[in-house]
Amino acid sequence: MAETAAAIPKSAPRARAAGPRLGPAAEVVCIVALALIASAILFSLFLLVIGASPITFFQLVWLGGFGTAFSFQNTLQRAAPLILTGLAFAIPARIGLTMIGAEGALVIGGFASAAIAIPLVTSGAPPVLTLAIMASAAMIAGGLWTALAGWLRHARGVNETISSLLLTYIAIAIMFFFVEGALRDPGSANRPSTLPIGRETMIGDIPGTSVHWGLLVGIALAGALWVLMSRTTFGFAARLTGGNPRAALAQGLPVGTLIVACAAIAGACAGLAGFFEVAAVHGQANAALVAGYGFTGILVAFLARQNPLAVVPVAILFGALAAAGGLVQRRMDLPDASVLVLQGIIFVVLLASETLYGRAKIFRPAEEGR
Amino acid sequence: MTALSAPAPAAPPAETAPRRAPSLEALGMTKVFGGLVALDDVSLAVPAGTVHALLGENGAGKSTLVKCIMGFYRQDRGDVLLDGTATAIRSPRDAQGAGIGMVYQHFTLVPSLTAAENLVVARADAPSVIDWAAEKAKLAEFMARMPFQVPLDIPVADLSAGEKQKLEILKLLALDQRFLILDEPTSVLTPDEADEVLGLLGAMARRGEFTVLMITHKFREVSAYADDVTVLRRGKRAGGGATAALSVEDMSRLMIGETTIRERAARAPVGEGTVLELAGLFADNPDGSRAFAEISLKVKGGEIVGIAGVSGNGQSALVEALAGQRPLADGRIFIRDEPFEPTRENYHKYKVFGLPEEPLKNAAVPRMSVAENIAFRSFDRPPIASLGWWLSPGPMREKARDLIARYRVKTPSPDTPIEHLSGGNVQRAILARELSGDVDVLVVANPCFGLDFASVSEIRSQILEARNRGAAVLLVSEDLDEILELADRVAVMSEGKIAYVAPVGETDRNTIGKHMAGHGAGHAAAGGQR
Ligand SMILES: Nc1ncnc2c1ncn2[C@@H]1O[C@H](COP(=O)(O)OP(=O)(O)OP(=O)(O)O)[C@@H](O)[C@H]1O
Ligand SMILES: [Mg+2]
Repeated sequence: MAETAAAIPKSAPRARAAGPRLGPAAEVVCIVALALIASAILFSLFLLVIGASPITFFQLVWLGGFGTAFSFQNTLQRAAPLILTGLAFAIPARIGLTMIGAEGALVIGGFASAAIAIPLVTSGAPPVLTLAIMASAAMIAGGLWTALAGWLRHARGVNETISSLLLTYIAIAIMFFFVEGALRDPGSANRPSTLPIGRETMIGDIPGTSVHWGLLVGIALAGALWVLMSRTTFGFAARLTGGNPRAALAQGLPVGTLIVACAAIAGACAGLAGFFEVAAVHGQANAALVAGYGFTGILVAFLARQNPLAVVPVAILFGALAAAGGLVQRRMDLPDASVLVLQGIIFVVLLASETLYGRAKIFRPAEEGR
Repeated sequence: MTALSAPAPAAPPAETAPRRAPSLEALGMTKVFGGLVALDDVSLAVPAGTVHALLGENGAGKSTLVKCIMGFYRQDRGDVLLDGTATAIRSPRDAQGAGIGMVYQHFTLVPSLTAAENLVVARADAPSVIDWAAEKAKLAEFMARMPFQVPLDIPVADLSAGEKQKLEILKLLALDQRFLILDEPTSVLTPDEADEVLGLLGAMARRGEFTVLMITHKFREVSAYADDVTVLRRGKRAGGGATAALSVEDMSRLMIGETTIRERAARAPVGEGTVLELAGLFADNPDGSRAFAEISLKVKGGEIVGIAGVSGNGQSALVEALAGQRPLADGRIFIRDEPFEPTRENYHKYKVFGLPEEPLKNAAVPRMSVAENIAFRSFDRPPIASLGWWLSPGPMREKARDLIARYRVKTPSPDTPIEHLSGGNVQRAILARELSGDVDVLVVANPCFGLDFASVSEIRSQILEARNRGAAVLLVSEDLDEILELADRVAVMSEGKIAYVAPVGETDRNTIGKHMAGHGAGHAAAGGQR
């Protein structure tokens, strides 16, 4: 439009001279960084109150998370499931669902893969085949689990946040029911578990590291899901539905199918995390699967602002916090849970920082003059 | 003079001496959004106790100006003077403290709360524990002083558009705001409702109870109810003065300059075969009550059937049902004698398009960009989609650029979130999306709400052209003039049923009006209650 360009006066008003403008992506990065700094300050105050040194704490977190090759690998090891559970929150969030059931999908997926492995291992099936079947079982089980919450939401109007949370408790109960009952390996005396899949079947580490393949699979999946959400018609339809369900109906989009599909993708991601916990870490399904990765994933997705690509670095950050937990506990004589306090603070500050978007002028995109 | 120079929202308005209407001046207001100058050095003066109208085409900057005055946006330059004193208003809360209140272009009431609850929770000093008995008594006393009434005890969602608008105004008065800014208060009202509301506001202003600054697109209202007028054009003040001294031609020239209005095309004859058939449609409201019943209508190709009716008689439910937003309880829709279900495949196959009312709520995703919103119809087909699932942003922006230019949508760029466009430009963007293709069936609801006169004329031409190209058009409108101008046949909806159908040439305003009020033959007892 020529009018628009003509309407810009020659003596540009002050606001225009405010230097280079940054895009909305920079706004996100800056606000998230500010939120992290604010959380660190608040947590430092908390440490001072309980008489601990914030400086020592952050030094130890650095040391325990990134300081040595060993600790960094430990961090990455823990980041792998967080990437997957982060995705499990981020994808349904795009279509307007607040699904917090990744923990349940992880547990049911992990359990399903361990359970299906029992006949395969005892019959001596080749490891590659066993692993493929295990992974599929985990993704299907996790996917169906959360798809149920999506379906309840669409068909019955049940709040998906509540139903996914309740389904988590049911998933955990189901796993314990079998692990302590019908599927208990007699060899697991004081720690009820399923039959170990055995060293030869377990997934090894990425060559040259002590990090299992789940990390690379998670990163690849994050990339694939980013493409799915921003470069495919499915993702477009999902974003349309999430942004305005009434408009989606008026466009004749299959809103129910889209909702159930997004929920299922989420469960499949979390189920895959459960598979790696079984096939790469524990070798069997037991109480260790209930480690809270599903809930930390919510935090990861929030910090990443539901962007699948941003989930990866954020998951690594949280992996580092978790990895440093033990060191902090030993060296500073702080309870293990102090890292959880930090996570909680980050979550609250992050929610509060939502109100900052759109305030700073510098982030307004410089519109093209046409 | 009240203490306005330092905004002190803490002072409860009721305790101070009764406020009087203030005067307001805005000087040299400038506002830039990115590269777009929405306001360029605009000044206006509103003397105390007057009604001032703000005119301008869609996107001229009217809403931006009043939002700056309200502290909703921060102007880049310019000052606001209240009663001659420069007043810094940094937020709508400051404005409320200074006695300035605004009715926004879109409703801001909470639909699930009752009118009374809405009035109470709007207060900045609303207590955290509300003594409802005392509040109700206060409200009853307040309502007794008010010239118009709104039922206080039913949820706002169940009020008609006119009642909602009255409630928005009552909300300001209950807060003791003495400078009222009304952004297109009448665009959702019938002419009678508009006359009622504006007449009462004008009388109260003249008594010195408050001062009004009102945005409108209707010259009739400016001439009849405003003392002065300011006309904006592309962000600049184009002119203005006392309305008594300005004719409608003067005002329209100030608004659009020498631009010529598009000529209305001649009417092609109505086609032969029935294209759209509604056969005995029924649908319910979420609370189980009947929304409409026994709707049977046939629309031929190249024909416009207008559905007239007082708002709230089932028309919006009918539009929702046709758009797939509300399930049918019974009945069938046929297109060219084939049963039609509202799926995406069918919309495409039968070339069914629609322009629902309130496009931002019904047809757009506010946070998605203009280009994306324009692609809603075509994102899953070539050239935007390849292989059926791969989305190419390039062609999407290309198409958006083309339509933005063709339909003169005023937007900073195709990537601007559509919620940042002016009300009329959202409408145009949606129109571009729905009318640019090959249209066979078109369902239109109140297409000209909130549009300036040039756009109204343009959009009506577009609808008529779609008809002339052979589309079957169902036009639901609360504006009888619009229906009489565009439709070939008119149907009147009253209490969820079709009360009357007649070719436009064989009926008149009076007969239609009677049926709208439910006083047609055989409907004698139904009037009044809703
Ligand atoms: N928050 C925003 N960000 C970017 N551009 C904006 C924003 N708000 C308004 N604009 C632009 O400023 C211009 C003026 O908009 P404004 O809403 O003031 O128009 P208006 O005169 O009220 O029009 P209408 O009659 O259609 O309501 C428009 O071109 C619009 O796109
Ligand atoms: Mg406006």
